[in-house]
Amino acid sequence: MSRDDPPRTRTAALVGNPNSGKSALFNTLTGARQKIANYPGVTVERKAGRLVLPDGEAVELLDLPGSYSFDAASPDEAVTRDVVKGSFEGEATPDVLVLVMDASNLEQHLVFAQEVLELGRPTVVALNMVDLAERDGLTLDPAALSEALGVPVVPTVAVRRKGLAELTAAIAEAEAHAAEDVRKNWHLSLPERRLSAKHIARAAILSTTARHTIENGVDRLLLNPWIGPVILFGLLFVIFQAVFAWATPFADALEGGVGLLSGAVTDTLPEGLVRDFLTEGVLAGVGSVVVFLPQIVILFFFILVMEASGYMARAAFLMDRLMAGVGLSGKSFIPLLSSFACAIPGIMATRSISDPKDRLTTILIAPLMTCSARLPVYAVVIAAFIPATSVGPGVGLQGLVLFALYVAGIVGAMIVALVLRGTVAKGAASGFIMELPRYQLPRLRDLAIGLWQRAWVFLRRAGTIIFAATIALWVLLSFPQAEPGESQLDASYAGTVADVLHPALEPVGFNREMSLALIPALAAREVAVSALATTYAVDAEDEDLAAQGVTDRIAGLWSLPTALAFLAWFVFAPQCLSTIAVARRETNGWKWPIFMLAYLFGLAYIFAGITYWSAVALGL
Amino acid sequence: MTLDGLEHATQARIVAVDWPALAGDEAKRLRALGVDEGAEIKVLHRGVFGTRDPLAIRIGRMTIALRRAHAAAIEVEPA
Repeated sequence: MSRDDPPRTRTAALVGNPNSGKSALFNTLTGARQKIANYPGVTVERKAGRLVLPDGEAVELLDLPGSYSFDAASPDEAVTRDVVKGSFEGEATPDVLVLVMDASNLEQHLVFAQEVLELGRPTVVALNMVDLAERDGLTLDPAALSEALGVPVVPTVAVRRKGLAELTAAIAEAEAHAAEDVRKNWHLSLPERRLSAKHIARAAILSTTARHTIENGVDRLLLNPWIGPVILFGLLFVIFQAVFAWATPFADALEGGVGLLSGAVTDTLPEGLVRDFLTEGVLAGVGSVVVFLPQIVILFFFILVMEASGYMARAAFLMDRLMAGVGLSGKSFIPLLSSFACAIPGIMATRSISDPKDRLTTILIAPLMTCSARLPVYAVVIAAFIPATSVGPGVGLQGLVLFALYVAGIVGAMIVALVLRGTVAKGAASGFIMELPRYQLPRLRDLAIGLWQRAWVFLRRAGTIIFAATIALWVLLSFPQAEPGESQLDASYAGTVADVLHPALEPVGFNREMSLALIPALAAREVAVSALATTYAVDAEDEDLAAQGVTDRIAGLWSLPTALAFLAWFVFAPQCLSTIAVARRETNGWKWPIFMLAYLFGLAYIFAGITYWSAVALGL
Repeated sequence: MTLDGLEHATQARIVAVDWPALAGDEAKRLRALGVDEGAEIKVLHRGVFGTRDPLAIRIGRMTIALRRAHAAAIEVEPA
C-alpha cells in the first residue's frame, strides 16, 4: 500500500525596508523557536520560524534582510532580491510574501513595495507600527491603500500583537486570493516609482496633524558635537563596568560549578587516563568557554538595547569621523568595541557593515582589541613585576601599565587598519550612509529572543572548536607518558614542540617555560596562566591560588625585560583558535584567517623583541 | 550651492546630483533613500571635531547620515 507524500511545508517571507519593524513582527509571529543559519556561500543570516495559520497549518516564515531596493547595494539586499525572485539556489521561492511597511514612512517604503508587487507574487501588506504613526499625528486609510496596491492591507502593531490574527488569516488566504488581486502593470523607473509612491501615500493618509516628533529634540542633545560624545563615552564606561564587574559573580559561579563537577569525577573514577581526559580535557575545555558567557550576554544586552532603541546609529554617527581617519566608518565602531570583551562576538557583529573591504579590515583588527581573556595574563605578570607604587593621586603604576597595554592594542589596531586599507583591503575610501531610525522603547521579549540566539550561537561556534582544541592540547600535553621521576611536561609532545620553539623565541627574551605556555594559550589565552602554573609545578587547587603561586615564582625567575616582552607578546597575541574559526566562517575561507594568524604572530614577535632589547639596553 | 555648504535647518531642494562622483553602491544607496532631483532636504545635525563631518539630514520623513564628501556632490537651492 502506497502512502501519499506529506504535503510540502509552504513558506512565507517577510520583506520590507530596514526599520520597518520587520524583526519585531517576525518575533511576534513565530515566538522564540527560530532557526538561525547562514545562507549558503554568503555570510548573511537566514532567520526562519514556524507560523501557525488559523486552520492549524504550519508554514515556514522567513525574515529576509531589510532592503531599500532590488538594485542591491549590499550582500544582504542581494539575498533578499534573489530569494524573493526565486533565483537563490537551494532556497525555495516563498509561496506568500508579507510586505512590511512603516505606517509613518509610507512615502519611502512604498517605493520598494512597488518593486515587490511588480513581481506579481501572492502578497499581503502589513501596515506596521500604526501606533507610532498615530503618535506622529497621522491617520491612515488601509482600505484606500489596499485599493491602490491591489492586495490586502492589514494594520499591525507588532509590539502589541495588534492585527496579528487578521494578518495570519490574510497570509492563509493569500494564494487563493491572488487571482482577485488587481495587478497594476507598473514596471516603472525609480523616479516614476517615487512619484507614484507619493501619490499613493497621499491618498492613504486621511489627515496629518503637525506634531513635533521627539527625534529632533533628542538628537539635538545626543548628536550635539560636544555633549553627544560625552554621553556616548559615559555609556561606554557603564558598559565596560558592567561587562567586567557584573559578570564576575556569574563567571565565578560557573567556574565553581565546573570545578564541583570535576571534583565529582575525580572522586568517582579511578586514577588514570580516562579520569584525566574528563577533568583536564573535557571539563577544563568546556569551562574555559562557558566562563565567558556572562560577559558576552551582558555585552550583547547593551548592544541589543542600543540597536533596538535606535541609539546605535547615533553612536556610529558620532564615531564616524574618528574611524574615517584610519579608512573605516562609524559602522566599525560597535564590532571593535565588542571585541574588548571577546573578539568572537565582535567579529560576528561586523555583519552590519555593508562595505566588504571595511568589514574585512574590521574583522582583521578586531583581535587587537584587548579581550577579557588577556586580563588574567596581564594581571599575573603585572602583579609579579610592576611595583604597586603610586605615580600620582589615585593613579597606581600597575593600573597605568594595564591602561598602556590597552592603548597599545588600540593604537596597533588603528595603524594596522591604515596599512590594510592601503594594501590588501585597498578600495575607495569607505563611505558612511545610514538611516538614523526613530527612537523606540526596546521590548523585553525581543531582547530576550536576541540574547538567547546570540548566546547560543556563541556557545555552539566557540564551544565546538575550543572543545576540540583543548582535547588536542590535552593529548599533546599528556603523551607520551613520563617515566617516574621525569616531568610530564618535559616528556610530552608539547615539551618537544617547546624545545623546537624555544630557539626561535629566545631572541625576544622568552625562556623555555614561556615557549611552552604559548602552546595551550592558543586554545584560550588565559590558559597561559594555568600552563605556567603547571610548568613551574605550582601545586594549587584553583586558578586564583595558581595565579598567586605563579606570581611568586616568576617574580624570582624572570628578568624584567623578559616579563615586559611577554606582556608585549600578548598585546598582539596570536589568536585563540576560536577567533580563527569564527574569522574563517565570516570570511568564507581560510585565506584571511591564515593572513590574520601570520600578521599577528609577526607583530607579536617583533614587538616582544623590541620591548625586550629596549628594556635590556635601558638596563632594566 | 552644494549640500555640505547648506545653512543648518534651512529647507532646501535638490537641484542636481553628480552621480558619477559617487561610488556605485553609495549612489544606489543614496538614491534608494530618496536623494534625487526635486527632493526636499534639510541639514539637522553635524558631526564632531573640526571637520563637522558627517551630516544628519532630513529627507522626506527620514533622517539619514552621510559624509560631507557625499554632500558635496549634491547641488541644492533654498526652497
